[in-house]
Amino acid sequence: MRSAARPSLVVAGQRSVIRLAHLRRRVNSSAIYLALVALSVVFVLPFLWMVSTSLKANRQIFLFPPEWIPNPLIWENYPAIFTFAPFHLYTLNTLIITVATTFGSLLSCSLVAYGFARFEAPGSRILFMLLLSTMMLPSIVTLVPHFIIFTRLNWIDTFLPLIVPSYFASPFFVFLLRQFFLTLPRELEDAVAIDGGGVLATWWHVMLPLSKPALGTVAIFSFLGHWNDFVGPLIYLNSEEKYTISIGLRVFQQQHSVEWALLMAASTLMTLPCIVIFFFAQQHFVKGIALTGIKG
Amino acid sequence: MATSEALVPRRRGGLSRRRAITFYLLISPWLLGFILFTAGPMLFSFWISFQDYAIVNPPIWIGLQNYATLLEDPLVGVSLYNTLYYTILAVPLAMTTAMVLAMLLNQRFRGIALYRTIFYLPTIVPVVASTILWMWIYQPEWGLLNTALKMLGIPGPGWLNSEAWSKPALVLMAVWGSGGTMIIYLAGLQGVPEQLYEAASIDGATTWQRFWNVTIPMMTPTIFFTLVLGIIGSFQVFTVAFIATNGGPLDSTLFYMLYLFRNAFFFAKMGYASAMAWVLLVILLGLTAIQFAIAPRWVYYEGERRDTR
Repeated sequence: MRSAARPSLVVAGQRSVIRLAHLRRRVNSSAIYLALVALSVVFVLPFLWMVSTSLKANRQIFLFPPEWIPNPLIWENYPAIFTFAPFHLYTLNTLIITVATTFGSLLSCSLVAYGFARFEAPGSRILFMLLLSTMMLPSIVTLVPHFIIFTRLNWIDTFLPLIVPSYFASPFFVFLLRQFFLTLPRELEDAVAIDGGGVLATWWHVMLPLSKPALGTVAIFSFLGHWNDFVGPLIYLNSEEKYTISIGLRVFQQQHSVEWALLMAASTLMTLPCIVIFFFAQQHFVKGIALTGIKG
Repeated sequence: MATSEALVPRRRGGLSRRRAITFYLLISPWLLGFILFTAGPMLFSFWISFQDYAIVNPPIWIGLQNYATLLEDPLVGVSLYNTLYYTILAVPLAMTTAMVLAMLLNQRFRGIALYRTIFYLPTIVPVVASTILWMWIYQPEWGLLNTALKMLGIPGPGWLNSEAWSKPALVLMAVWGSGGTMIIYLAGLQGVPEQLYEAASIDGATTWQRFWNVTIPMMTPTIFFTLVLGIIGSFQVFTVAFIATNGGPLDSTLFYMLYLFRNAFFFAKMGYASAMAWVLLVILLGLTAIQFAIAPRWVYYEGERRDTR
């Protein structure tokens, strides 16, 4: 295919090849952008449908084709859910459990992670492998024995079975914090040690202040995990005044199984705090997952 | 991981003993928790699996009776089938969706954070709330999905009310919730060195060839990790089925964990439920072991990169 083309022709040919490549790249990137927009619409539609339904009266729900923006907007569903069920109480219970567990997780996991990140001892590697392998352990195996143990301790229908285990460090958070601690320089710790500070002083005055982003990630994951937890409260809480939001919502759903506007209003309310937290702390999610996810 | 050990200077004598004691004191919350809430309960559960036990009465030793019953229990078979069906569909579909989304997000567009947020949002929604939402979307007469199908002139199925469509409907919910895996893939994609793509381009590789010969091989460790955890998680699917269908219609969404839950907390058969849990643990250990055995054939570890950071 080699031709004895004159230099100017070759240059012109190259130019058109480059222009074609540019064009193709632009077409490609527009196609990618379109796909992105289309998929995000599919992903967000259920949420819009939820909020839209929550603002409808019954007769508006059964319109065909459906109204996306209800006319008129019916706000009454929101106050109504509080008259049907004590959601303020459920929220308070959930907050007590979430705050207590998040505090416990931060405290215990940062101590354990500090140990794994900075100290070596006979068996420390094996113990770390053990910790990693428990991350894969299916929780189904401990479901029944936990229930039996907590029954024996008379902890059923209290918050204790939901709160106490978080004070004994969860493997995922330990792993996440350890990975973060490994990225910190050791000089500051050495300085504290030279000044005669003990291990706990170093942990409190050096490691924790330097690890605010990672601790933030743990706090958010822990908060969402317990805010959204269903199986734990389902098994351990019996009386209505102790319900968390997820159990309350479930009971509410059974009682109002066809009142979709009410159900969507309740679901929207339960989802709102999660979304607000997510928007304020997006970076923490991404960094936290990147920190642990990449390393596998 | 190797770097961590390299960072810790080796010291000898009294100092190293003191550091060892400090290590054990620091990790004691986890170690105690491991004994009290993991290892202990597991042994206890294994022992209970040989008993007839309803908590209110003292346990009665019945040997392998629970395991023998389990083999003959048709609902164990049904629930295992349903769980496998769900896993085989949900895990690969959710992983593929997550990969597609991550690839799309791994571009330089303005406002990319917004799209990332939208795809991730379903995973932070409380399961109870999102399940109730999907029950409404799947509602046969007035739900969003069948309304949309009706506008296209297609009569929609009964979804959660239909024996044939109930499992696919739950799979679709899992695909909608694949944002967590997406973020993991996105982090992985951003770790693929730019030089590899440049080298491939110089060699004349097309976009598709770059994807198959650079991106995918570099991503295999991450894919492997999400596959292992995805299967373990999927085998324990519970809450969505408990709320949306309670196992129905006609046991078509009676998943293994749902049946175990019924045995433990509705029928108070603690021994039988424990035996079921151990059978599942063995199945999952087997599946995970097989995956780790096959992994060297397809998971690509580039020696030096593995230990950076």
